[in-house]
Amino acid sequence: MTDTALSLGDIAQGEPHWRVVWRNVFPFLVVGAIWEIVAHLGTFPPRLFPSIETIAAAFWRLTVAGILPHHAFDTLLRLGAGFALAAIVGIAIGIAMGRSRRAEDIFLPLVSIGAPIPGIAYAPLFLLWFGLGNTSTILLVAFVSAFPIIFNAWTGVKAVKDIWVRSAQAMGADDPRLFRHVILPGALPYILTGLRLGLAQAWRILVGVEMLAAVPWGLGWMIFGAREFLNMDVMLAGVAVIAIIGLALEKLVFQRLENYTVVRWGMMT
Amino acid sequence: MSDALRISDKLRMSDTWRSWSRAAVTLLAAAVLYEALARSGWFAPALMPTLPKVGGTLWGVLIDGSMIGHAAATLYRVLFGLALAVVAGLPLGILMGRFRAGENFILPLASALMPIPSLAWVPVFILWFGLGNTVAILIVFYAALFPMLLNAWAGVRAVNPLWLRAAGAMGADEQAMFWKVIIPGASPFIITGLRQAFLRAWIAVVGAEMLAASDFGLGWVIFDAKEFLNADLMLASLAVIGAIGFLFERLVFGSLERATVLRWGMVRAAKG
Repeated sequence: MTDTALSLGDIAQGEPHWRVVWRNVFPFLVVGAIWEIVAHLGTFPPRLFPSIETIAAAFWRLTVAGILPHHAFDTLLRLGAGFALAAIVGIAIGIAMGRSRRAEDIFLPLVSIGAPIPGIAYAPLFLLWFGLGNTSTILLVAFVSAFPIIFNAWTGVKAVKDIWVRSAQAMGADDPRLFRHVILPGALPYILTGLRLGLAQAWRILVGVEMLAAVPWGLGWMIFGAREFLNMDVMLAGVAVIAIIGLALEKLVFQRLENYTVVRWGMMT
Repeated sequence: MSDALRISDKLRMSDTWRSWSRAAVTLLAAAVLYEALARSGWFAPALMPTLPKVGGTLWGVLIDGSMIGHAAATLYRVLFGLALAVVAGLPLGILMGRFRAGENFILPLASALMPIPSLAWVPVFILWFGLGNTVAILIVFYAALFPMLLNAWAGVRAVNPLWLRAAGAMGADEQAMFWKVIIPGASPFIITGLRQAFLRAWIAVVGAEMLAASDFGLGWVIFDAKEFLNADLMLASLAVIGAIGFLFERLVFGSLERATVLRWGMVRAAKG
């Protein structure tokens, strides 16, 4: 019973470093061992169920040949381009909706109708309108990740405490200063949450869109193309790279960003 | 007092009415703009069909029953996969919340698998299980599992320790503690998890149907329509997909929430 009463914080405390590492590695060792046993048992054809050393060899071969980095680089480029587009447009629309009643009346119905349709469902339509390749992929990623960004920026501006705005005005702040020093910092926790959700959304959709859009390079296309040749080792190496990129996005980009801004300004603890 | 109340009521009424009318004006303007673009002849009519044409197509496929069949196939896959995810994710999440060993084992695996988009598994699953229903259901399962698992875990951990001790002091045994305190206490999180799981599943099923071309399902209809340049059919199925997603989100989960956590007063209790 005491287990449930413990808070998250005290798990990490009072434990030597090596035990923490071991605890995190142990489950992977167990799963890896089971995978190896099944792979070597020969119940499934090795072509479809390769052993871990085959996957690692494929990973190494493709990395040394520069194929895997090229695929990963192109995927990241698309993610960055689409997400940047969504961030600029989304934050602008969201803040406009929060500040002006007219913008809210115009955009809210459009956003509420577009948001519940899964982004990937638009993919064939975008392919038809903008052709196969990069343009459709980037536009679709931007379109999909814009929704959470708009919603959160809008909520964030609305959630800025009225008393802050009024006291800033009483102290003689003009509109640009009010915006820069009160509204923007006040809405920032929400905007960051929106960016985070938007990036996660973009990442989830991008791999699938790459499979549909037949782009020449990209991790999604690599996995999908390898299927034709039954190259399961290449496919699983690709999935591993996707997992690494996804983890890195979460740990390196967003937790850092949050620490540098919101926590430092005391907006969130 | 009552006068003031009535006035504020009236104000609120006119406010809602105003935002509805504004919404209607916006949508009408968007529709007119689209219609003008579609009729201007700048774009091929096959790529940008007029709204009456889209409406006619939607009506046609609804009447002849083909769209209903596709929607039923998609819903079957989503609900099957979601049910599997609940059956697997809920007990595992509760296990993680209750026992340190469970948490130590499952959490690292879950955090490594979670950042992989479910659609990345589609080609792998196609090779393992062949084209068809199995792939779509498993992709839905993968997409829905993690929100379910993590929310159940967070919910069990967030149960107020005071309630546990109070129940213990009043002589509740393990079983009563579990069913009467921990499960209701974790329920707001579990329902949130179910909601998120459905949203993820709804995205995953459409993508899986496009990639793992089986012969039925809304995603397959859209993808197939692309081959024949049937933009009107694509827009009609988009409308159906949006409508079903919206209905589930609002009606099913909304009423589920009202019938359980809101009625038990859990939402306020969890916040306070």
